[in-house]
Amino acid sequence: MIVGERKPLSEIREMLKGYKKVLVLGCRTCVAVCMAGGDKEVELLGSQLRIASKKDGDELEIVEDSVERQCDPEYIEPLKEKVEQCDAVLSMACGCGVQFMAERYVDTPVLPAINTNFIGVTESTGVWTERCAQCGNCVLHLTGGICPIARCSKSLLNGPCGGSHDGKCEIDPGVPCGWQLIYDRMAKLGLLEKLEEVIPPKDWTTSRDGGPRKIVREDVKV
Amino acid sequence: MKAGSNLERVLTEGNFAVTAELGPPKSADVETVHKKADILKGKVDAVNITDNQTAIVRMSSIGAAKLVLDKGLEPVVQMVCRDRNRIAMQSDILGAYALGLKNLLCLTGDHQKFGNHPTAKNVFDLDSLQLLQMFKRMRDDKVFQCGEEVRNSKKAPIVEPRLFLGAAENPFAHPYEFRAIRLKKKVNAGADFIQTQLIFDVPRFKEWMKEVVGMGLHEKVFILAGVMPIKSPRVIEYMKANVAGLSIPDALIQRMKGASDPKEEGVTFVVEMINEVRQIEGVRGVHIMAVEWEEIVPTIVERAGLLPRP
Ligand code: SF4
Ligand code: SF4
Repeated sequence: MIVGERKPLSEIREMLKGYKKVLVLGCRTCVAVCMAGGDKEVELLGSQLRIASKKDGDELEIVEDSVERQCDPEYIEPLKEKVEQCDAVLSMACGCGVQFMAERYVDTPVLPAINTNFIGVTESTGVWTERCAQCGNCVLHLTGGICPIARCSKSLLNGPCGGSHDGKCEIDPGVPCGWQLIYDRMAKLGLLEKLEEVIPPKDWTTSRDGGPRKIVREDVKV
Repeated sequence: MKAGSNLERVLTEGNFAVTAELGPPKSADVETVHKKADILKGKVDAVNITDNQTAIVRMSSIGAAKLVLDKGLEPVVQMVCRDRNRIAMQSDILGAYALGLKNLLCLTGDHQKFGNHPTAKNVFDLDSLQLLQMFKRMRDDKVFQCGEEVRNSKKAPIVEPRLFLGAAENPFAHPYEFRAIRLKKKVNAGADFIQTQLIFDVPRFKEWMKEVVGMGLHEKVFILAGVMPIKSPRVIEYMKANVAGLSIPDALIQRMKGASDPKEEGVTFVVEMINEVRQIEGVRGVHIMAVEWEEIVPTIVERAGLLPRP
């Protein structure tokens, strides 16, 4: 899933300066699972904003709502009336949801309440970690199912570098070395000899470096 | 000879090579580079010019290398993968070769987090192995990474950068079991010489060299053992706490702390180290990294009995 984290209240307050009526809009998919922008978080942020604006003596009316997915036209279309009654939307979706709302409701400012961080997993309750950097040309079959792009701090295809120590990455003792993980897993699978081959330079055209990406599926297109 | 550099000659002729390191200044100050070059000239076979080491912005390695070359000392240009993509890297070595530079060391590079611009974006388009492979192909197959020939036009002559290619390897990084294999990968990718990470832990270095020799790699690549004169107990304690990928025995810290003249002790230690690694099968030279203490190198080389240079 897409993992995000809510921005600090002070930053959100700063963004909302001058607006009188704001729709705080949650998203019930990824950001709800990572507890950043689902129904509960909308409710919490709504109350925090009301309390803060009351304390500071500015008039701010908060409207709360959430939809299934802000990245899908069918779910954001019904919001028309609500959006039109507000002078800004504070989206608690990931960056995609924020943009898609802004594309649909061009006359209303749509502001981000979330920092979109990575594509990752729930390691345990309250702990999320990155797994994939969306390079567009997966090499997991070469590296024991562990991504060298996302999980090595230098995205090395032929690691580990000289900074790998006790299973940790040189950048931080709290960060596992992706290449130690790859090594261990390949050893477990009895595939270590595969790591003796040099993986050639990556074709980054399928990644962000190739420009904004698009997929068109003729078979399902309407 | 592949590149015809002095370092290549010294090694190919079977001499025990000596290289040192010269850190360019954090400014455009030519004087500093010249001064360091003057100190090292005639005392070492070549000198590595670091590339924004520990991610701190410094005079470019190619620029500083040219200044050193003009002083009559042969440089080894270091290049890291952190700051440039394949386009810039290939372009830079065409320029480097055009300026008369003949040795190049391919490195991954420290993460920018350690430097003075931790907010920078990094590149890592290639890793150090892919970098080696690319430069070897440019030299031996005369083609760029994309496959095009190294020539200005169809009728123009091919003028490929003929560089003596090096890589680093760290026997002290983990996993230990993979470190000799990674060296093998570097040799296969095109390394002509290797400079190792700093050795403080001789037993581990010997263990690694044994594996390397066992694989026959010492016959395919020239291995230079990395050593460092320790200036003070503070330096070695700092390194143990902060520098990634080193193995520093506590006994060494105690030895430095107990010394009445730490600088003298540091020199004695490094000379002992050179004499010790020289005895190890497969070691073909030493790389003396006297970080910000270049002036001590001539004393070390002399006391290790390595003068005059061939
Ligand atoms: S190799 Fe690419 S697609 Fe596969 S997990 Fe890594 S970043 Fe994602
Ligand atoms: S220590 Fe491991 S994860 Fe960190 S940069 Fe090096 S190889 Fe990658």
